[in-house]
Amino acid sequence: MKNFIKIKTAICFLVTITSVQSCTTIKEYEKNKLNDAEMALGNRTIEKTELSFQSYREGSSGANAGKVGGGCGCN
Amino acid sequence: MKKIIISVIALFGIFNAKAQENTNNEPSKKLSLDEINLVSSYYKQDGNNSAVTGGVGTEKLTDISNTIDVTMVKYDKKLRKNKFDFSVGIDHYTSASSDMVDLKANSSASRSDNRIYPTLNWSRENENKGTTLMAGVSFSSEYDYQSYGANIGFAKKTPDKMGEFTAKFQAYLDQVKLIAPIELRTGDNNGTSGRNTFALSLSYSQIINQNFQVEFLADGIQQTGYLSLPFHRVYFTDNSVHQEALPDKRFKIPLGVRANYFLGDKFIVRAYYRYYTDDWGLKSNTFSLETPVKISPFLSVSPFYRYYSQTAAKYFAPYQQHTAFDDFYTSNYDLSKFDSHFYGAGIRISPKNGLFGVERLNMLEIRYGHYTKSVGMKSDIISLNLRFK
Repeated sequence: MKNFIKIKTAICFLVTITSVQSCTTIKEYEKNKLNDAEMALGNRTIEKTELSFQSYREGSSGANAGKVGGGCGCN
Repeated sequence: MKKIIISVIALFGIFNAKAQENTNNEPSKKLSLDEINLVSSYYKQDGNNSAVTGGVGTEKLTDISNTIDVTMVKYDKKLRKNKFDFSVGIDHYTSASSDMVDLKANSSASRSDNRIYPTLNWSRENENKGTTLMAGVSFSSEYDYQSYGANIGFAKKTPDKMGEFTAKFQAYLDQVKLIAPIELRTGDNNGTSGRNTFALSLSYSQIINQNFQVEFLADGIQQTGYLSLPFHRVYFTDNSVHQEALPDKRFKIPLGVRANYFLGDKFIVRAYYRYYTDDWGLKSNTFSLETPVKISPFLSVSPFYRYYSQTAAKYFAPYQQHTAFDDFYTSNYDLSKFDSHFYGAGIRISPKNGLFGVERLNMLEIRYGHYTKSVGMKSDIISLNLRFK
């Protein structure tokens, strides 16, 4: 129940944030900041090994946060 | 180290060779090199809760990892962008806890190992329709563990190209060599057991405005097969020793959101939150924040912080606390209740005319992080990324 409230609060927070910022159509030439390498959504190339060790050392690996297979990490 | 130097020299050679230039504005219909990434990392950890010795004992481990990732691009007759990504990684690790599979050995065969993991991915993007198809295969091999993976996916942009929905299905078919702790071996221990993982990942990304974009992530992961590790010991209250025993099924649901915001002209805020739950009773929350600061157009510094907390899996108990009445048992502290902090910084250099006189070496990034767990484990990691374009 406690976790459900936490998720609900997080979703409300996100909805509020995204609705305050209006979704306008951006032209290609206006995307210079969005196209900045450090604005890319997703994990960065240099984080590869960090994500592996976190998934080995923590109990909650999943498809969008590091590996789900492809190696044991059993040490 | 030698391998890293040889790899870098080889890459310099490739780029000093006459490159095929595409001088007109038409996209190239020939297969051309897009970029090469070379990532090297050094990781070390220490702690006193090794699962190999039943939740007590050293967790000392070092890992040297090198990966090379080559991306090539080819436009077909319909002007669809085909991207081919080939990557191969080699890890060498030494592990004091694995050494204790044989309690009497100070330097047994399991003290160190190498892991090799090639992957091949393909994607085809139709820019007019806003659709992308993707597929890939992977393999990973180390002495006691082999994994074969495959994935297939589809992405579709919204009509205004401000949002994109992606669905991806991944499957991993793994084989675990059944190496028992030395005192529990009964004759021949060369058998293997299967472990399968199937994951469906859904994501939706949305551009909010010129400075702000978000992404929502949801996964469903089903694991079946031998999910314990054969050389993990568990000591019961009566001091008897057993092999770890965990259920042969696990269903996981991670949900996440990312938000990246360009603040003014110099600051970027990269935020990430993830909630996780599974049917072993483990729940976790992850929050991370990274703030790249653009010192100049070619230099940025990125401090970061990540907080993680998890509850214990219902099958976990520390050393000598399980009893013969338990159906499943583990003393692996990676499944215990803890929280962790990971912090550090990265520096990224991407000069206009390349680095060290090599025009195609257009980015160098170094990143260091320090990790601490509330159960006493500590680790450090330093990574280097060179990008040739």
